Amino acid sequence: MNWQWFHRLGSPRWFYQKTSVLLPWLTFFTLAILLVGSVWGLAFAPADFKQGNSYRIIFLHVPAAFLSLAGYYVMAIAGAVGLIWRMKLAFVVMRSAAVIGAALTFLALISGAIWGKPTWGSWWVWDARITSMLVLFFLYLGVIALQEAYQSETTANNTSAILTLVGTVNIPIIYKSVDWWFTLHQPATLKLTQASTIHPSMLYPLLTMVVGFYLFYALALILYTRAEILKRECRTKWVAELCGVDVNNKISRA
Amino acid sequence: MRRTDALGVIALTDSLIDVIDLSCKRDQRSLFEGLTHTFCPGDIVQIEGPNGSGKTSLLRILTGVCSDYQGDILWRGQSFSTDRLDYLNHLLYLGHLPGVKKSLTPRENLHWCSGMNSGHLQIPIVDALEEVGLAGFEDTPCHHLSAGQLRRVALARLYLTPTPVWILDEPFTAIDKSGVGKLETLLCEHAAGGGCVIMTTHQELSLEGVDKINLRDYQPKLVQWQQEEWGIDV
Amino acid sequence: MSNTKFYLPAPSAAAGFVAMLNRDLLLSYRHKGELANPLIFFLMVITMVPLGISPDPQFLASLAPGMIWVVALLASLLSMDVLFRSDFDDGSLEQLLISPQPLYFMVLAKVLAHWMVTGLPLTLAAPLLGVMLALPEGGYMPLCLTLLVGTASLSLIGAVGAALTVALRKGGLLLSLIIMPLYIPILIFGASAVSNAIDGFAIMGQLAILGAFAAVAIVLAPIAAAGALRVAING
Repeated sequence: MNWQWFHRLGSPRWFYQKTSVLLPWLTFFTLAILLVGSVWGLAFAPADFKQGNSYRIIFLHVPAAFLSLAGYYVMAIAGAVGLIWRMKLAFVVMRSAAVIGAALTFLALISGAIWGKPTWGSWWVWDARITSMLVLFFLYLGVIALQEAYQSETTANNTSAILTLVGTVNIPIIYKSVDWWFTLHQPATLKLTQASTIHPSMLYPLLTMVVGFYLFYALALILYTRAEILKRECRTKWVAELCGVDVNNKISRA
Repeated sequence: MRRTDALGVIALTDSLIDVIDLSCKRDQRSLFEGLTHTFCPGDIVQIEGPNGSGKTSLLRILTGVCSDYQGDILWRGQSFSTDRLDYLNHLLYLGHLPGVKKSLTPRENLHWCSGMNSGHLQIPIVDALEEVGLAGFEDTPCHHLSAGQLRRVALARLYLTPTPVWILDEPFTAIDKSGVGKLETLLCEHAAGGGCVIMTTHQELSLEGVDKINLRDYQPKLVQWQQEEWGIDV
Repeated sequence: MSNTKFYLPAPSAAAGFVAMLNRDLLLSYRHKGELANPLIFFLMVITMVPLGISPDPQFLASLAPGMIWVVALLASLLSMDVLFRSDFDDGSLEQLLISPQPLYFMVLAKVLAHWMVTGLPLTLAAPLLGVMLALPEGGYMPLCLTLLVGTASLSLIGAVGAALTVALRKGGLLLSLIIMPLYIPILIFGASAVSNAIDGFAIMGQLAILGAFAAVAIVLAPIAAAGALRVAING
């Protein structure tokens, strides 16, 4: 089997050039879909007969919550690829995914709290999903903190990749445990989040927003990764050419 | 390349470790490039080079502790990672840190070391400690010992286990003059018996027949623009 | 001239395991003072609870299972930091990594030794603290059983964190940060088993789950810790 494509994937330059072509299109679609979804959801979808207009924050909250968990797996896969094939680009993606994932988890927590105040009458309720989300946030913070703690880049990459993998094994266990803990301590009346049926007039804008968020995630990941690549490869010829430096001009100091 | 007969006897002429086109890169900074050398039984090899040229890194790569390298390292003709434990079983490494527990006695420290290795001792622990001039200190907790004496506890391992490959990082640090002489004799005996010594030192050695590898010769050339760094170490 | 003496037989893994275990237990014995530290911490925090909340026995009784479990978890976590640190500082960790022994068993031996001097004493001290927090009668046996199994998992998971942070000067707080989220399932099942037993429910289910956690941790945690040690010492 020809692994050339896989090795190419590990080349920062190849990644940078390919994404340069992709980027304008991706930006356009992301903005368009997010715009359509949010206008549809905020202005045209009907108000909920029980919660009124306050439910509309789910158009932000639900996609963010989706992405925060999916983002952990993106980070874990990137970490595994980096550890197994020693692909440096994968570590850059992992680092980007950690920061973006933590931000999205935080967004999901904040939007959940804002929604909880009018709905439950409290900013914070120890609901199973909220608690799981909080633990996920802690897991993200741990990976970022470990990455920041090491001076050596290689060690920082490898150790945080191992931590990510350990976290991946644990996430299903933590989620199941928290679910079980919740059913043990709480009567079933509080389960407002489990909207078993959702009217299509609300579902379609929500799905649009979910797709928009996925695209946004990809966009953010690519942008962050590109910035990291430029920083790390600043002494290579192709980056210099990109910045308009005359590479043939002989400078005595390297 | 590996020729062993039914008894597992290895012919003396075979090389122990082959290093092929080895280069070391730590966090974007290249330390040395293109190092090729064959370490044979009977060799005493001194790694030289200015500070920061990667002497310790090279020794750590050869022990397998450090993995920031490209190139091949062969142990008796096979990649040293294929049968890692067999390689480590034939290796003795003394690093910058003596690896001696201060709250244990020299005897207990050496007992642990031999327990971790095959446990087969050439001479009793007491005799080994006597050889390095620590007779009478066998049961003194190591925090009462001086830096040089701690170093000697670690050096006593050289007398204990019959490993062919010795990798020694600055073994003469904190050792007095008579100790240095004794150690040099030991290294010669080891090489004469078919062993191989790879070491770094800033001391002037009075040994004869020492091969030298100067890492200055393998320093990467300064280039104005780096090659693009491919993501995968193939 | 042949050099048969240079073809050494592979050492036995069992002997290596025992040598490692013996050395670590001997080291703990030499530092007897440090042995008591987690226990004293355990006792002191439990003393803070009635002072900070209420000395009412009924109130304390409802708090006891969870409180004892949380504090046991913290005590175990605080003692984790030293697992590989002193070996790293004096170079014996390097020697451990290049010893001809499978690193998996070496890590397991170290964790076992660590558990014998922290997890086990915590388990044995727990009934005493139960008395101080007015733990109802039915809770003592389950408390000891869950702690016995649970602290083993805590030590194993904590070893991964200790390995990941071994090369950091100030790794202690970071270690807690990265490991605490992973402790949550053990806390949930451990504490709830004790509460359930007090309320008269069966606890075999929770015990089985805790046992399963420990079994999975024995298999996976030393692998992760060994890998972490290799990459941490590399830098």
